[in-house]
Amino acid sequence: MLTVVALIFIVALISPWIYKLFKEKSGWVLALLPFGSFLYLASWLPHIAAGNVVQQSTTWVSMALFEVNLAFYLDGLSLMFGMIITGIGTFIVLYGSGYLAGDAYLPRFYCAILLFMGSMLGVVLADNLISIFVFWELTSFTSFILIGFTHEQENSRKAALQALLVTGIGGLALVAGLVLMGFASGHWEVSALLNEGDIVRNHPYYLAILILVLAGAFTKSAQFPFSFWLPGAMAAPTPVSAYLHSATMVKAGVYLLARLNPVLGSTEIWLILVGGFGLLTLLVSAWLSLSFTDMKQILAYSTVMALGTMTMLIGLGTEMAMKALSVYILSHAMYKGALFMVAGAVDHEAGTRDVLKLGGLRSLMPISFAAAALAAISMAGIPPLYGFIAKELVYEAALEAPLWPVLVITLAVIANIAIVAASAIVVIRPFLGARVETPKKAHEAPLSMWIGPLSLAVLSVLFGVLPFLIDKSLMVPVASSVYGAPMDFYLSLWHGINLPLILSLVTLAGGILVYRIWDGLRESAPMKVYQAGFAMGPIRGYNGLVSGLLGLAGWQTRTIQNGLMSNYLVTILITLLVAVGYTFLTRSGIVWNPGFENVLIQEWALSIAIIASLGIMLAFGHSRLTMVIGAGVVGFGLALIYLMHGAADLAMTQVLVETLTVILVVLVLIHVPKLKELRSTTSRVRDGVIAVAAGALMTLLILAATAAPFDAFISDFYAEASYPLAHGRNIVNVILVDFRALDTMGEVVVVAIAGLAVYALIKMKRFGSPPDTNTGGRASSGAASKQGGS
Amino acid sequence: MKSLILHTATRLMIGVLVLFSLFLFFRGHDEPGGGFIGGLVGAGAFTLYAIAFGTEATRKVLRIHPITLISVGLLSLVVSGLIPMFVAEPFLTGKWLFIEWGAFDTKLSTPLLFDIGVYLCVVGFIVTVIFSLEEEG
Repeated sequence: MLTVVALIFIVALISPWIYKLFKEKSGWVLALLPFGSFLYLASWLPHIAAGNVVQQSTTWVSMALFEVNLAFYLDGLSLMFGMIITGIGTFIVLYGSGYLAGDAYLPRFYCAILLFMGSMLGVVLADNLISIFVFWELTSFTSFILIGFTHEQENSRKAALQALLVTGIGGLALVAGLVLMGFASGHWEVSALLNEGDIVRNHPYYLAILILVLAGAFTKSAQFPFSFWLPGAMAAPTPVSAYLHSATMVKAGVYLLARLNPVLGSTEIWLILVGGFGLLTLLVSAWLSLSFTDMKQILAYSTVMALGTMTMLIGLGTEMAMKALSVYILSHAMYKGALFMVAGAVDHEAGTRDVLKLGGLRSLMPISFAAAALAAISMAGIPPLYGFIAKELVYEAALEAPLWPVLVITLAVIANIAIVAASAIVVIRPFLGARVETPKKAHEAPLSMWIGPLSLAVLSVLFGVLPFLIDKSLMVPVASSVYGAPMDFYLSLWHGINLPLILSLVTLAGGILVYRIWDGLRESAPMKVYQAGFAMGPIRGYNGLVSGLLGLAGWQTRTIQNGLMSNYLVTILITLLVAVGYTFLTRSGIVWNPGFENVLIQEWALSIAIIASLGIMLAFGHSRLTMVIGAGVVGFGLALIYLMHGAADLAMTQVLVETLTVILVVLVLIHVPKLKELRSTTSRVRDGVIAVAAGALMTLLILAATAAPFDAFISDFYAEASYPLAHGRNIVNVILVDFRALDTMGEVVVVAIAGLAVYALIKMKRFGSPPDTNTGGRASSGAASKQGGS
Repeated sequence: MKSLILHTATRLMIGVLVLFSLFLFFRGHDEPGGGFIGGLVGAGAFTLYAIAFGTEATRKVLRIHPITLISVGLLSLVVSGLIPMFVAEPFLTGKWLFIEWGAFDTKLSTPLLFDIGVYLCVVGFIVTVIFSLEEEG
């Protein structure tokens, strides 16, 4: 499985060259990759259906505290998600090749969508908590690129940032929750955790773990009140929305809840939080979908409703709920994928997605119409489609809810009435009725764009009519892995005349009624208030938070980082004096043992030279250049001290850094006005006192540190292990590139980012940024180069 | 800067400096030197050239955009970390290949690739900053 995930990432990175090779045919070539992965996953079906699981593991990072493994775990749940991701992914790559044909950014689309696919597959297949989180963050990051795909448009960029901030903050909560869970249980693999649910549930950290994990899952899966980012993300091109919002990204949160249900679930607080949020989300968003006329917005809110339904089912936690969940996830992925793709096709061929400006496309786009009609019938839950089975099961699960079943079923029916109406709107309005003049002369979409929706719609029929095709082979293993214990059931269309069937008829009738009054309802005052409150309210809250944060950042930058270097130094040194000085005096105390008798004559000479050069610099330094050269002398003196003690590498580095620093500083100084003394005498005295105190503190610290016996354990280890283990005799270099290579990697990344920041700040000035940022840019670039050099 | 002495000296020095930086780089695993120090000397060579002949000429001599150097350097770091994972060992485990030619032996390794990454990033970083500052005014 590592091979599959790694292969997707590798192909993603070389996809621009594949595009150069195959040009407009590259969609069909690249689609082979998800299709091959789909076949690979499907080949495990018999094995999984027989009740087995697959585990593969590669060590990634090995530490004393815990190991991070690239461990993969395939059971019913991850297999179904994996097949949805790769299966719909195949169609999306094809669809994208048609939708974005001729777009200059098409190669970038292939690259980004494949990277996203790899990350998403990683989330559902990963077994290790840390690797789940890494893939999870990768999905946030790659979806940021995808949502902001048309980056020239401001609302695209805004939507992308919104999605990134909301899911990113959730990701931070999630990692805290996962790490707590790992330490609480002592297990870092989900497969091991599944059997240790009691330990986690009875642990004092349980509530903290639960809230943190839920924060991650709810933001990702757009649960109310975090749901606003999902409809906003409709700014993305349709292939992206279809993929992210039918099958993948937003399902990651649902997947995580389902995955961890055996570990964290079946407690009362789980039932209330997960079930409650799910119920609230499904109710609120189902009716919100009716307040829009844009096909993608309607579908977006119906997606939020579906995510709410899934979350609610996981919260209920009963056997029936798990059965319903497994069927519902699959049916939703199929019909919603198809509907999104058709919405995009309509937009692409007719020039608008507004249902009020569309009509009678039936004869012009017959294949798209067929796909849309079947998918919408499935979404509305009308027999004999698969969506009908799913909705019946949801009703059955709601009727068996462990808490307030009457309330749950009532709200579920009310929400589904809106969804029936929404299904009717997205298919009847654009395709039936009288022909409406559209911005573009509509015609059928190309093969690459209708093959996906049509296949998915046909599968919805097939699985509805012949549910035995997938019930034992896939649905039973999925439900069992979410439930945490083996289950057995079969699916059928006809359950006899029972309460769920009657409720289905009520829903259908209600839905048709709502559809008929939709035009009036949409424009009615209560609906406007409802939309303003629940759709715009959370966005306003988000905007308020973001602008508040920016205001705070601006305030603290103006106050603390006001551009006066001496102020920075005063702040840093006073913090040092208070924090370190307090700790030093209370924990260690002053040790006075300078040991002057051990200092050699040449060391005396050198130290005096360094101090003398500093003195001269202070006494006569009225120009910046003198000061720089004085500081350079100090640096070279330090290099000599290193050399005296046999640290050749350090000395060499010091000399080189010192040389380059002088050059850099001089280059900056060219642009800086002449040195002027702006401080009053009092503040100079204050600065002098602070400087002397800081120097004294450092001296005392070093004396105390050297007074303690030197523990040679680590340096002895490196000295001994350097050649036998790492084949190098230069310990410094071996530590840098081998023993502690990860640290070096982090540092080099900092250097690289600092370089890019300097470049951006200085070049940005050329494009005429406001004058007040120029000085800021210059000051920061100096600081950045200094940081990089140290 | 217009100075005959500086121009002549720089022309002579740049080759020596680049060679010296490569020398420092390759001996680094056993003797003082390595990617960071080698990179600093290499960057110093191009800095000197930029002072003598200006950034336009230096860009021509360098041929590669300094930011490309940084990105290739970062890529080398990541690849050197990923290589051991293909033989199921943790990220950044050192993998070695000893080639014996008879007269002298060669050690090829992922730490070497890692060090190349460090070298390129350091050169790229300093040259980026120098170019940006020189071209600003």
